[in-house]
Amino acid sequence: MMDFWIILTAVLVASACSILGCFLILRRMALVGDAISHAVLPGIAIAFLMSGTRDSMWMLLGATVFGLLTVFLIQTLQTSGLQSDASIGIVFTALFAVGVLLISLNAQHIDLDLDCVLFGEIAYVPWDTWTLGGAEMGPRAVSMLGITLTVILLLLGLFYKQFKICAFDPAMAAACGIPVLLFHYLLMGMVSMTAVSSFESVGAILVVGMLIIPAATAYLLTHRLGMMIGLSVAVGIVSAVSGYLVSYLLDASIAGCIVSVAGILFVLALLFSPSGGLIAKFARRQSAARSA
Amino acid sequence: MLDWLISLWSDPNTRWILMGCTLLGLGSGVIGSFTFLRRESLLGDTLAHAALPGVCVAFMLHEVKSAGLFLAGALLAGVAAVFCVSAISRWSKIKPDAAMGIVLTFFFGIGTVMLTHIQHSGSGSQSGLDKYLFGQAAAMVTSDVYTLMGVSVLLIAAAMLLFKEFKLISFDPGFARGIGLPVALLEHGLLILTTVAVAAGIQAVGVVLVAALLITPAAAARYWTDRLPAMLAFAGVFGALSGASGAAISTLGEGIPTGPVTVLAATLLFAVSLLLAPRRGLLSRALRRRGLRAEYARSAVQRSGALEAAEGGERR
Repeated sequence: MMDFWIILTAVLVASACSILGCFLILRRMALVGDAISHAVLPGIAIAFLMSGTRDSMWMLLGATVFGLLTVFLIQTLQTSGLQSDASIGIVFTALFAVGVLLISLNAQHIDLDLDCVLFGEIAYVPWDTWTLGGAEMGPRAVSMLGITLTVILLLLGLFYKQFKICAFDPAMAAACGIPVLLFHYLLMGMVSMTAVSSFESVGAILVVGMLIIPAATAYLLTHRLGMMIGLSVAVGIVSAVSGYLVSYLLDASIAGCIVSVAGILFVLALLFSPSGGLIAKFARRQSAARSA
Repeated sequence: MLDWLISLWSDPNTRWILMGCTLLGLGSGVIGSFTFLRRESLLGDTLAHAALPGVCVAFMLHEVKSAGLFLAGALLAGVAAVFCVSAISRWSKIKPDAAMGIVLTFFFGIGTVMLTHIQHSGSGSQSGLDKYLFGQAAAMVTSDVYTLMGVSVLLIAAAMLLFKEFKLISFDPGFARGIGLPVALLEHGLLILTTVAVAAGIQAVGVVLVAALLITPAAAARYWTDRLPAMLAFAGVFGALSGASGAAISTLGEGIPTGPVTVLAATLLFAVSLLLAPRRGLLSRALRRRGLRAEYARSAVQRSGALEAAEGGERR
């Protein structure tokens, strides 16, 4: 049963992240995802300090606000003339530093380990349950992630066409009358929400890894958005499940193993992708040379 | 306050650490200016995260904790990471930023697996490897500080000696190639210097935040000047100030990690520069814009007055 809950959590994180990751990769905002998942830390710490509990709703709200604040700050710095890479770097390191400092100064009030901030402790997920009206409702992380995933699916299902046009051609989207900025912040809000609800269970780095790696793998394999999302989720789920098995064998961090497996899948796609893979390219060049 | 400053200086161990962190800030600020101008700031972040498996392998091989060995491990891992990033973005349709994200998390994931493996296996549980995640300058011993200082001096010396070359490849690599400079070699040299700066900074500032030492002082310095030598000087001073205040403030309490304090000091300097710098700062730009607007309004009134007079109308 323990294993089931852990794997379910990992699968939920992987699906939510890999769906959103596709849009981040297409909009060339992979590193903004990285920035958000680090920058929600002060939001989580402040929610802890203010509410004094691990009450998830407060945390989700507080940290999502910080995620949007990150995006807003990065954009403000960019419009004031700073280059984009530097503004991302400055904003997320500063916010992450605030979070780490808040946690280490209030270590006795905040029930959050600093190592856990980076790697998460997905192994403890099954013990952290919540109850509703006396009934056992399962691990808290699972229900939080379930809510997040539902919101993502709902929003993407309703506005799929709009998100798609915004991802590929924001200028055309604006010309069609789609409120591009609104959809931008909607996407960023979903990324923050995912980052927060995954944070406690899997840590900042796994969130980043799951946002970027499966989507990039799928990007190498197909040219269609629908297909890309499907493949990305598949890669995410496969790495979640097999990563858990590997971690069992190696007695090492589950989150780290999941990211490593995803990375290996990416390398395989880079080498063997039928359309753009290195081996396919090499073979094409050989046959072209022979026919010439 | 004064007592605190005196106590910092009188305790020889703290004094060394303070000097080490100051020099480290100076060196990374200077090297960071070049990476900033080449728009490769976030490469520092990738290098830092990628260093973790290198540090772990160095520990696994020798089972001792030594700054020199860890530096070598981090350096090798960093070079591998840079190679992976450029390979992915050259040989596939993946953009460089996504390639950096992939390499960063993949290497860090492997590093995490190794770190937890070491910790669970018992032999290295007290290795203090987890100090590397957030930095704890107070944990450094004298030999670590010597390494840190040596590396920082090396960085500054290299930036001085190759100043002209680095300046060219930062602003106009095409021209640099045209006049016969070995651009690829210089670019690799700069990358290795960046990797060295990151690897040296990890122990004081930590894996996650060391990138800020490269980015933030350089970005702050850019607001004060348009000339590269002055920018290097500003960035060096900002970096040194942040390093010094990080090391000094973290001596105040047991639980205060050096890294976040250093980064916040640098961010504070950046915010001050963003607001108050002459010419490029937000405040002076707002004032200038207001001045221009007033000027324009005045001249418009004059012009419309002259126009109406010329048309035979009454002057208002």
